Amino acid sequence: MIAIARRELGSYFATPVAYVFIVIFLALAGALTFTLGNFFGRGQADLNPFFSFIPWLFLFLVPALTMRLWAEERRQGTIELLLTLPVTQWQAVLGKFLAAWAFCAIALALTFPLWLTVNWLGRPDNGVILAGYVGCLFVAGAYLAVGAAISALTKNQVIAFVLAVSACFVFAAAGSPVVTEFLSANLPVLADIARAVSVNERFSGFTRGVVSARDLIFFASFILFWLLVNTVVLEHRKAD
Amino acid sequence: MAALIEIEGLTKRFGAFTAVEGVSFSVSKGEVVGFLGPNGAGKSTTMRMLAGFMAPSAGTARICGFDVQEQSVAARRNLGFLPEGAPTYPEMTVSGFLGFCGRVRGFRGAELATRIARAMERTELQGVRLQPIETLSKGFKRRVGLAQALLHDPAVLVLDEPTDGLDPNQKHEVRTLIQEMAPEKAIIISTHILEEVEAVCTRAIIIARGRLIVDKPPRELAAEGPDLEAVFRRLTTGEAA
Repeated sequence: MIAIARRELGSYFATPVAYVFIVIFLALAGALTFTLGNFFGRGQADLNPFFSFIPWLFLFLVPALTMRLWAEERRQGTIELLLTLPVTQWQAVLGKFLAAWAFCAIALALTFPLWLTVNWLGRPDNGVILAGYVGCLFVAGAYLAVGAAISALTKNQVIAFVLAVSACFVFAAAGSPVVTEFLSANLPVLADIARAVSVNERFSGFTRGVVSARDLIFFASFILFWLLVNTVVLEHRKAD
Repeated sequence: MAALIEIEGLTKRFGAFTAVEGVSFSVSKGEVVGFLGPNGAGKSTTMRMLAGFMAPSAGTARICGFDVQEQSVAARRNLGFLPEGAPTYPEMTVSGFLGFCGRVRGFRGAELATRIARAMERTELQGVRLQPIETLSKGFKRRVGLAQALLHDPAVLVLDEPTDGLDPNQKHEVRTLIQEMAPEKAIIISTHILEEVEAVCTRAIIIARGRLIVDKPPRELAAEGPDLEAVFRRLTTGEAA
């Protein structure tokens, strides 16, 4: 499993994927924070403007990362090689997921100049910032798990990307006021469910510095659920 | 002595289409089975089921006594498999790719290094060890796939068209390699080259339309007609049926 994760992570850096992803991520994260986020004008030493954009950035960038996970293996035929090595499918799924997650962690870690900036300009609460980063990592993990499962469905990377963005958008938007108000007016039962599965809703707790067990369990079970879906999909469609 | 490969009633259906129907045979140590048949006859499907990549619709396959579905990891530990088209990760270097396969198989450190060195020596890849696989010619790519299958010195080798895309010299080398390994292993190779079967195989199995129609030593088979090719054509075009 570690070997699979290592190979996968290595393949990000062997192709331009890693560099394009990191540069675009850092450029967008920085630009959004300083322009739309009004980083300087707010007069507060914290990273809230940065964190508020992260889930939306990940919404587009994470599927770009996951679209090739299985679709590429299928297209190259290497899936036949990978799944006939003496590993279980669960190990293969987990290995790939961990590689992608580690890659997101690297990209997030490279936003450290923002953290240095706020610490130089003022006295932020670094505990809150740490919680925010942990939250970002979980959001990335949740989207990765969804995207990876979808990537296992198809050998076409574009389809994998579009479907993953749509699916992630559902989980991102589920807790937004527009959706919940509409649902509580029409289908009150669904409104609670929508709030409960909303990734962004859970993430907002982290940005306030609250790391609650409920949110951790939510993310852990969300990720696990989608990794299991991934394994099942793979089992049934591996040879197609 | 128990057979290393045991296949019983193996069947694969895709919807209404039956790709492989009730194929049974076994292969013992020291045997090299040539797997023959027209394109689409079910050769690759049978090999994929044997490698545990496809789940059979019915029937069982065992490698060294391990059921490929129930005890798939144990079965695959004893198997070297070259999938059709010899897929590899194009962006990796030859030694990086073999290192990955070795690590997944649990080899570390000095043992991993010696195994990679030996697999590269047997398939004559030393000259390109640090080249990315995508920059290699077709023959080299095929040999990388072969090296991957030999890395862990498995008791069972299943090679789907191991000599496809190789030049005559390389074909000769691969055949020599197979003959060298044959006494210690059970080997199945699929091929379209009939002279290859006569040269290296102890048994020829012909599959047509998903069914096993012949299982004989190639010499006996060739004796039935003017030559092996004529026999193959007669059997697989259905004139004999």
